[in-house]
Amino acid sequence: MSDLMIEARGVVRSFGQTPALRGATVAVAPGEILAIMGPSGSGKSTLLHCLAGILVPDEGEIHFAGRRVDTMDEARRSALRRDSFGFVFQFGQLVPELTAEENVALPLLLGGVRRDAALRQARPWFGRLGLDGLERRRSGELSGGQAQRVALARGLVTSPKVLFADEPTGSLDSLTGEQVMDQMVGAAREHGTTVVLVTHEARVAAYADRHVMVRDGKVAALAPERVHS
Amino acid sequence: MLLGMSVPLTLLGLLEREPSHGYDLKRDYDTYFGRGRPLPFGQVYATLGRLARDGKVVISEVQPGVGPERKRYVITEAGATEFDAWLVQPLEAEPHLQSVLFSKVVLALMLDRPAHEYLDIQRGAHLERMRQLTEIRRGGSLVDGLLADHGLFHLEADLRWIDTTVARLDALRAEVVK
Repeated sequence: MSDLMIEARGVVRSFGQTPALRGATVAVAPGEILAIMGPSGSGKSTLLHCLAGILVPDEGEIHFAGRRVDTMDEARRSALRRDSFGFVFQFGQLVPELTAEENVALPLLLGGVRRDAALRQARPWFGRLGLDGLERRRSGELSGGQAQRVALARGLVTSPKVLFADEPTGSLDSLTGEQVMDQMVGAAREHGTTVVLVTHEARVAAYADRHVMVRDGKVAALAPERVHS
Repeated sequence: MLLGMSVPLTLLGLLEREPSHGYDLKRDYDTYFGRGRPLPFGQVYATLGRLARDGKVVISEVQPGVGPERKRYVITEAGATEFDAWLVQPLEAEPHLQSVLFSKVVLALMLDRPAHEYLDIQRGAHLERMRQLTEIRRGGSLVDGLLADHGLFHLEADLRWIDTTVARLDALRAEVVK
């Protein structure tokens, strides 16, 4: 159990009368990049939201680094998300009133870091992700690829244990999407960040170490389990 | 070439469904797998002869008639084992495998085997190969990257075909199961 970074066991989750997950079980090792694939409506995003403590399962268990997540109250789950997890979604969801560097610094500011220290911590990410010179721009002044890289920097700025990425290239053209994936994987490998990646695109999933398929609310492995190194 | 490679296994699959004469095997092969390239009678009987020689089929009866004698072929345990292994094992993840994959899917449906599981296994093999090519792309030269891209795009096309086929298995089953 303690060897795993994150684990779902028999997770069931419905929205009203509609079941999204029907006993999903999956485990992710520290430093592993796992791609969760599946057709639209298969439950893959719901699984990510349960793993990340955004949604609480109706049944089953979620564990993060040996701690039970699904029984935490909202305040503790919120703190866990802020301190240990990073997020990148299909649409960057940058705050339009803030500059790019303020957007990157936002998780630090919300965590109580002083503004000047937060911005100091945010700025190196612009160089790392090829965003030099864009620090003061607002989201409306960024291209789709630039905005998504800013969102990626925001997801990584707190040095999270786990980065959750839900269709992170879904709004980008294929070349830009691959640049974003290159940088996401490069940064994750450099920092030893575990990544849970939801995608329906095989070319995006190919950046992962391992792939699972969600079908009808359950998880199927696509290959014999191999040891993650 | 790939299509040719699958002919003996496809005939074994049709025989796993029911013992048949060479003529019936050719008819079903042409109906489901030929797609404009009918299997010559000569190839049907040559293939059946090799399968018999190798102990994968046996001739259960010979019916004399006005035309040539009609032999009825029955799959053996060895033949069934080889066919099962072929169904379960993913193909090497190279592009342009649709014809062989299609044969597997149709035969699996005819025999009430879990076609979607075989396609998932193949999907895993394709994704693993794509992962390897993506690593090459990330770490290699532009030339290596472009060559890897070529493989990636073709494997991706195969995967889309697998996705589409999985979504239509029920309809395909209705069409191919007698």
